[in-house]
Amino acid sequence: MSAMQRLAPVLMPGAPLLTLSGVSRRYGAVRALQDVALTVWPGEVLGIVGESGSGKSTLLRMLNLEDTPDAGDYRLALPESPGNLFALGRFARRQLCARAIGIVYQNPHLGLLMAHSSSGNVAERLLIAGERSFARLRARAREALEASEFPLSRLDDPPRDLSGGMQQRVQLAKAIALEPALLLLDEPTTGLDVSVQALVLDTLKRLQRDRRITMVIVSHDLGVIRTMADRVVVMRHGRVVEEGLVDQVFQDPQHPYTQELVHAKL
Amino acid sequence: MSLHDLTRPWAAFSYGFLDAEAKREMRRKLIKAIAVPGCQMPYASREVPIARGWGTGGLQVTLTLVNPTSVIKVIDQGADDSVNAASIRRFLTRVSGARETWDTTEASLIQSRHRVPEERLRADQVLVLQVPNPEPLRPVQPNMSIARQMHADADYARLWLVLYEQIVRAGRIMQGAAYPSMVNGRHVMTPSPIPRWDVPKLNMAQHLTILSAGREKRLYAVPPFTSVVPLAFSDVPYKVEDHAALTCARSGLSGYFMNEIPQAAGGSAYETSDSNLGIKAIRRAGGETVEIAPTWYQGGEFRP
Repeated sequence: MSAMQRLAPVLMPGAPLLTLSGVSRRYGAVRALQDVALTVWPGEVLGIVGESGSGKSTLLRMLNLEDTPDAGDYRLALPESPGNLFALGRFARRQLCARAIGIVYQNPHLGLLMAHSSSGNVAERLLIAGERSFARLRARAREALEASEFPLSRLDDPPRDLSGGMQQRVQLAKAIALEPALLLLDEPTTGLDVSVQALVLDTLKRLQRDRRITMVIVSHDLGVIRTMADRVVVMRHGRVVEEGLVDQVFQDPQHPYTQELVHAKL
Repeated sequence: MSLHDLTRPWAAFSYGFLDAEAKREMRRKLIKAIAVPGCQMPYASREVPIARGWGTGGLQVTLTLVNPTSVIKVIDQGADDSVNAASIRRFLTRVSGARETWDTTEASLIQSRHRVPEERLRADQVLVLQVPNPEPLRPVQPNMSIARQMHADADYARLWLVLYEQIVRAGRIMQGAAYPSMVNGRHVMTPSPIPRWDVPKLNMAQHLTILSAGREKRLYAVPPFTSVVPLAFSDVPYKVEDHAALTCARSGLSGYFMNEIPQAAGGSAYETSDSNLGIKAIRRAGGETVEIAPTWYQGGEFRP
């Protein structure tokens, strides 16, 4: 953490895009998150790794404003500077989520309307943001699907008729349609076979390179994190146990749990 | 001394079939519905002597609003003489002592299924529409608790999505009846299964419209001079049915909403859907002096 702060001005000049501090959340007796802090700079990819139940998904749900913590502060450097996002009202929160945050879930059923067409799924996002021109909706939906390398011949097929890889591409198109400031990826390639996984990661990598999208990617697969992320956060029992550049953390893990994790993988 | 001496002789304490408490509850819900245009208000739908789905919602509103000086018109798909319209009208006049009429201009209270009359309604008239399904979000959100949250958030993107997909699939908007419409810039309502032709008639109208679903136990209202805007894309304008050029085979009227009547020889004839307007036109052609009020559509064009 201290090393990171020293390096930050050199590697990522300017103010951070995302600042999360002191986030704690309890579910009954379970302490899902304990005093978690994150900083993400614009154009950076942050990976979050950890075992099942370590609080990765809860953290991502917080970042997507689907849940509020018991305590904590969450700021995004947006032009309208909305302050602590956890303090926003229901309506403002929904508006901000639609415009500034995109998310790709592990389970496409969470992110997609399975019975509606693929282009319609992307269009819905634009409709929430207030787009009311059919021609522009159509063009922008097509553009977003093209950018996520979705086959345009299947533009109007419902996601329930598509393969898992294509469903993830529809989710991705939906997430990037409004060019969000922040893209959240919750195990985007888990459950896909290895070759499809590689193709989806390829698309993500290309998007990141072309558009400089800031991403937070959650995965239990260290390979995915190694390919995608610049920096990594290791979580265990709802706490951040280690944080640093990917190569640094994976080559020279400091925390006993990270050492275990890296060795288990390699 | 007998019990008879201690009590007053029997007299009805209410009229219009519903008991006073039921009418009181309905009135309260009607006031709420008028206060928040287009917002669905739940009410305790009573048993009335017709089956659910045959207009019990509209009937309860009419029974609440009716009084012995009312003049009642009941139409079913525009016709005064269909079995359902006739039996509801007879029931209403029997239980309230109100007068019945077929004439739109004469009526003070109009209960209707699926049509708004072609003649302009005035400020002293009330239109009651029977609604089978009051929830515009039902096709996109089967969970009614979530649908209510979506209304609270004014989250109507999925209704637009349905229109988007109709244009993608068919090249035009396929929604024929119950076209989702924004009321007063806040709540989207389904204007009961009236055709697209009739939706503009509710916009900034002089009359009060009450829509009531008996089986679903919901009522909502469009007060006078309230905007009702059908959802439409900025580059795909809202279109009413293409009936402007059709001519009624019986009355010779044209430029109104028509019923298509398939002919044995193939092809079809057309008949004015608003049957009373057709009858008036026939009687006028026969030399009688008949008052026809100004109509919303003139020459097949809507005149606001």
